[in-house]
Amino acid sequence: MNRWLPFEWIAAIRFLREGRMQTMFIMGGIAIGVAVIVFMSAMLAGLQANFIKRVLTSQPQIQLLAPQEVARPLRSGSGKVEAAIVQRPTQRTLSIDQWPKIRDQMQAMPDVTVVSPTVSGSALAVRGDANRAITITGMDPAVYFKIVHLPDYIIAGEPRLGTDDIIVGTELASDLGATVGDKLNVEAASGTNRILTITGIVDLGNKGVNQRATYVALRTAQSLLDLVGGVTTIDLTVRDVYAAETLAQQIQASFPVEADSWIKTNAQFFTAVHAQSTTNTLIRLFVGLSVAFGIAAVLVVSVIQRSKDIGILRAMGTRRGQILRIFLIQGGILGLVGSVFGSAMGAGALVFWHGYARQVDGSELFPLIIDRSLFVVAAILATATGVAAAMAPALRAAKLDPVVAIRG
Amino acid sequence: MHDINLAMQRGEFLALIGPSGSGKSTLLNIIGLLDRPTTGRLFLKGRDTGALGDAELTRLRGHSIGFVFQYHYLISAFTALENVMMPMLVDRGFPSPEIKRRAETLMDQVGLSAVADNLAMNMSGGQQQRVAIARSLAMRPDLVLADEPTGNLDTKSADSAFELMQEVNRQDGTTFLIVTHNLDMARRCDRIVEVVDGRIGP
Repeated sequence: MNRWLPFEWIAAIRFLREGRMQTMFIMGGIAIGVAVIVFMSAMLAGLQANFIKRVLTSQPQIQLLAPQEVARPLRSGSGKVEAAIVQRPTQRTLSIDQWPKIRDQMQAMPDVTVVSPTVSGSALAVRGDANRAITITGMDPAVYFKIVHLPDYIIAGEPRLGTDDIIVGTELASDLGATVGDKLNVEAASGTNRILTITGIVDLGNKGVNQRATYVALRTAQSLLDLVGGVTTIDLTVRDVYAAETLAQQIQASFPVEADSWIKTNAQFFTAVHAQSTTNTLIRLFVGLSVAFGIAAVLVVSVIQRSKDIGILRAMGTRRGQILRIFLIQGGILGLVGSVFGSAMGAGALVFWHGYARQVDGSELFPLIIDRSLFVVAAILATATGVAAAMAPALRAAKLDPVVAIRG
Repeated sequence: MHDINLAMQRGEFLALIGPSGSGKSTLLNIIGLLDRPTTGRLFLKGRDTGALGDAELTRLRGHSIGFVFQYHYLISAFTALENVMMPMLVDRGFPSPEIKRRAETLMDQVGLSAVADNLAMNMSGGQQQRVAIARSLAMRPDLVLADEPTGNLDTKSADSAFELMQEVNRQDGTTFLIVTHNLDMARRCDRIVEVVDGRIGP
């Protein structure tokens, strides 16, 4: 008999050991429940991290644009009632007014990490008989690549952009029958055209984007789109990605620009992620509940089986509180030990699934994020659940009348 | 039960007899502080137990009264020695060498040191009952209540258990109240109390 354990603990452990099969089965149940919860929690965290990483490295976190053109109808003054139809003017490709000053002001902001002035617009890419509508993004690679990690998406060639170079999306390249080193004739709406050499081909993971996206040097785009010295957007990355929308609203309020955050642009994605999170939480909750009921059931039976023992103990001078604790401790031990096995099972399943489930291109479906704190939280929750589940049977045991219990 | 008027002296070896259903067990439970009388009072060592709460009664019971039941009622999850240690363990909260030593002494006193580490199911009926007697003495109680302690034993074991109780009574002065059907056994006690229809006879 262990010298350092109090009586209630000794009794609890002995009772659990004596009811071998019951204990084994319920621990198995708890382990499976905890394994499911651990597996789902880690997988969800990994999937979300993956989504967010992909979303964040393929677009700027905040994009500043020239304010939309509005019609300003002349009104004839107060007192006169007017009937007028105001038509929204067509939106020309506009440069952001005084963009160098805004760029410097953005760089001065402590929450902003990278500032990249960009010129983008539509054009036509022609090669032989084939032609495709494209979007040109002109930028300074040294800065822009920190926002959109184009080099990570390169599948052929290099992410190099001299004055006459162009990087194209993979669908566009195949539509035009072009590869690295081939020349494209790029024609803008204004009539300007240039011949550019493909230096790199990228796969941005989205077919539509891959059909249209092209990247050139800033000055090349400026001359093509008739915006010499101007920029159409200023792209930003920020320190706290989740605060991007708040920051964007602040910028829009303080500067003569429109500011769109990645959160606003990807509103649908966020709703989906949130819904997935909620469903996941509900499932985990119900698994936990079912584990709790299992523990309670086993202990209810245990109390009934041991009612004579309880009666004897009470006759010997055992207090009600001691009897209560004996059963609460049993619940806690079941939860704790079950969660240890369950965490091991869950971790094993994660490692296996991570190796087995892959993306179409062979890369991992989700990063293997096994955070040690997950196991600690699982153990604490499982122990607490065990004790809570044991409360009802334990109270019943404590309230047993020794005379009735002994008589059986 | 009606008009029960019973006084026991320290060191007495009493038998409680009576037909089935006469209320012997109920009386024993009341004396043992496991049950409360509907009317009337119980004095233990001069103290009125009626005023005590459940926790105090439990404590008093643990310290002053030992129980031997008809069925051995050892806790099956523990060994014989651990069963004898149990009342002391419950009282003090932790195992200690002193508790273990006292239990070993008691096991020796009932002649069962050899089976000290056997679980209850690995002993004969007679052995289990002797362990129960040893257990009842663990806290050096003033009073031991035995409810048909030899009812389920063969003659030899029954005699052996009875003699053991007599010996403890002689040596330690522990008061014994033994409920029994066996009149021969009853006659070997200092005094016989007879319960008929809920009343105590002469």
